[in-house]
Amino acid sequence: MLNIPLWKRVVIWGVVALGLLYAMPNLFYSRVELSNDAEAAIEAAGATPEREAAAGAWPDWLPSSLVNLGLDLRGGAHLLAEVQVEDVYDDRLDAYWPEIRDALRDERDTVGTIRRQDAPAGELRIRVSRPEGMARALEVVRGLASPVTSLSGVGATDIVVAGQGDEIIVQLSEAEQQATDDRTIRQSLEIIRRRVDEAGTREPTIQRQGADRILIQVPGIGSAQELKDLIGTTAQLTFHPVLGRTGDADADVPPRAQLLPSMTEEGTYYTVEESPVVTGEDLVDAQPAFDQNGQPAVNFRFNPSGARKFGDYTAENIGSPFAIVLDEEVISAPVIRDHIPGGSGIITGNFSVEESTQLAVLLRAGALPAEMTFLEERTIGPELGQDSIEAGEIAAIVAFTAVLVFMGLSYGLFGIFANIALLINVGLLFGLLSMIGATLTLPGIAGIVLTIGMAVDANVLVFERIREEMKTARGPARAIELGYDRALSAIVDANITTFIIATILFMLGSGPVRGFAVTLGLGIITSVFTAIFVTRLIIVTWFERRRPKTIEV
Amino acid sequence: MRLRLVPETTDIDFFKYRRSTFGVSMVLMVLSLVVWAVMGLNFGIDFRGGTTIRTQSTEAVDVGAYRDAIAPLGLGDVTITEIFDPSFDEDQNVAMVRIQAQEGQESVTAETIAEVETALQQVDPSITFPSVESVGPKVSGELIQTAFIAVAASLAAILFYIWLRFEWQFSVGAVVALFHDVVLTIGLFSLLQIRFDLATIAAILTIIGYSINDTVVIFDRLRENLIKYKQRALQDVMNLSVNETLSRTVMTSGTTLIALIALLILGGDVIRGFVFAITWGVVVGTYSSVYVAKNVVLWLGVKRDWSKPDANQGNQFANIDA
Repeated sequence: MLNIPLWKRVVIWGVVALGLLYAMPNLFYSRVELSNDAEAAIEAAGATPEREAAAGAWPDWLPSSLVNLGLDLRGGAHLLAEVQVEDVYDDRLDAYWPEIRDALRDERDTVGTIRRQDAPAGELRIRVSRPEGMARALEVVRGLASPVTSLSGVGATDIVVAGQGDEIIVQLSEAEQQATDDRTIRQSLEIIRRRVDEAGTREPTIQRQGADRILIQVPGIGSAQELKDLIGTTAQLTFHPVLGRTGDADADVPPRAQLLPSMTEEGTYYTVEESPVVTGEDLVDAQPAFDQNGQPAVNFRFNPSGARKFGDYTAENIGSPFAIVLDEEVISAPVIRDHIPGGSGIITGNFSVEESTQLAVLLRAGALPAEMTFLEERTIGPELGQDSIEAGEIAAIVAFTAVLVFMGLSYGLFGIFANIALLINVGLLFGLLSMIGATLTLPGIAGIVLTIGMAVDANVLVFERIREEMKTARGPARAIELGYDRALSAIVDANITTFIIATILFMLGSGPVRGFAVTLGLGIITSVFTAIFVTRLIIVTWFERRRPKTIEV
Repeated sequence: MRLRLVPETTDIDFFKYRRSTFGVSMVLMVLSLVVWAVMGLNFGIDFRGGTTIRTQSTEAVDVGAYRDAIAPLGLGDVTITEIFDPSFDEDQNVAMVRIQAQEGQESVTAETIAEVETALQQVDPSITFPSVESVGPKVSGELIQTAFIAVAASLAAILFYIWLRFEWQFSVGAVVALFHDVVLTIGLFSLLQIRFDLATIAAILTIIGYSINDTVVIFDRLRENLIKYKQRALQDVMNLSVNETLSRTVMTSGTTLIALIALLILGGDVIRGFVFAITWGVVVGTYSSVYVAKNVVLWLGVKRDWSKPDANQGNQFANIDA
């Protein structure tokens, strides 16, 4: 009849206790948050007595994850940037041009003279003076293609070469375009992340969205403009002639020169010419590699204009050092060993493998690979967020109290049971939200309030059913059992349909709407759980103790 | 003494005036569509691009002065509305300035926003700007599409699920009722020119979720009664089912409305439109469950022979017990 095995009781109360334990840190929001911040700071920058004290304010053995507050509640900036991935195609083709030119020059006898033509974006057009040599020219250019390593493009090469009259048309292959797009976005993400992290704000969200978009949400930043200044500017990477090296931070510098600190060697400064030879904007790629002696090094590649400037400079300055400068700091100042033509070169030095890898990352991360346009910008002030939290809190408390009173008046003792379950339900919802690290938004608060209203539905269905069964069934125990059994299909159907909606909202929505979908969906799960397990257990426990002859629902 | 909103047993004939109630629903739907076509919707920047700036000041809002200050900048259509809310402090005066998307720009530039802010600061030095939001036309176009897909996908998913669990007539009835709720909500938003944005779409989806919840509970009872009373006329069985579940319908709508009204009054102006839509939806959804969904099922007729063991029968979940 109403028997519930002991293990089920233990499991149900266990789940409730666990959920409430996870919900608890949210009651001490600021204290837990300060403690978490301090712990993160200790991990990042080492322990200090103040940090230890702050971290100890919340005991280690208690869960410490909190519900994240969305931008609309905490204040901050939101940007949706579109990366102009096509920009990179032309750069890539431009970088190919010197190679193609050199290769075709070697075939001058068959193809004649060559000249680069104006071409629409995404194409490289070369006119040859002897169209009869076209077959050979195409063969030569195709020979320059290298295979693309991607999942979709097995066996594909990076360029597509076609002949049209006396013109050779070189385009990036589809596989290469995809690979390039992907690389561009990932590089952009990396650079943005580095920059935002450096700004030291809490829990930034930097996400790829769709093929070519990046969503950036930074709580606590003053305005979207500030954020744009931070990530929209290209980090300055420059190559300067070195005039001297010193340990004196206040050394005199000659006119049109500047003193820059070394990034790796503390206390070392370089005097460099103010105007750079080449800038990072001319850099196409940088990869960790090894030089001919097996020493770690970094391979880099310039675009044509960078290649020309760099080639000329290196030819004239063999034996003298030049400085690679990132954000006013000298990364390294290698000595030029050779003339570097064709735009690609190798940086050697006393690198370890890690250092060369890091340098390659720095070189690549120096400049954003492509321009970004901002499609969406939102700034929410912290006061507005605070007002929203306060309004939401008051509304939730009033709604909650009203529903409790209403249920108590309508169903008496059973109403009280349902109310206990409702309190547990809200606790579990917060526990679940904290556990999965969900973000609470203003519509999310509305979702919780709506859940409070709707959560009683499952209980109401059961109670109404028990009332009905009381008219026909033999005894209250039977009525309770039948009430639960018969109400179940309605509860399940009704909640699955709502859950479908929550899922669709979650998939298609973003930001605040998604926050609403999360609280609505999780609210359905917790309310069904509390209604069919928790309330039932409470009622059965009560029934076992009192054994009432009749019940009044 | 218990609070009983509905007497213990009721015997209301819900289908006595079914032609007129269904007729009224249809007329309201047509009216909503007409209002929508004539007056259009007051799209927020999510759907048509542009910028909204929320201003806050200790001085009273002077919409005319604001307008005069911004007019020389030549930004095209600028709307300024003052916002009132019971949760505001006495010296908290809030207005929303909305600037249309500028020709040939992906989003309103920082310079434009700075110009507007400077102009407003000259009118009222104490003014602050708690939020500035800007959406480019490219994104807003996509958002409209996504919103449309979301509503269509929800209706399709529900059509399918109800068909799976019940009969196709139920499924049609439920979707007609949901469509009714959606159209009436859009009609009201058009009539009152309430701002229609992404949150409104979320509200519409929530309405769909709530309304279907209500419809399914009555359907579930109807299915049970159809098995129990094989000989009674469909209309009688339906009436019985609606009467039997009436107390539950009123209780659930009641608690949900209590919660929503609390939120509507106290939840602040930022989500008022959102909460308003859901509140309206709960009322319309409860009505449509009885007067639209059931009417459609009544007209379509439904299988009366449930004696064969049927995989779709509603008790496959009934062996879950605590």
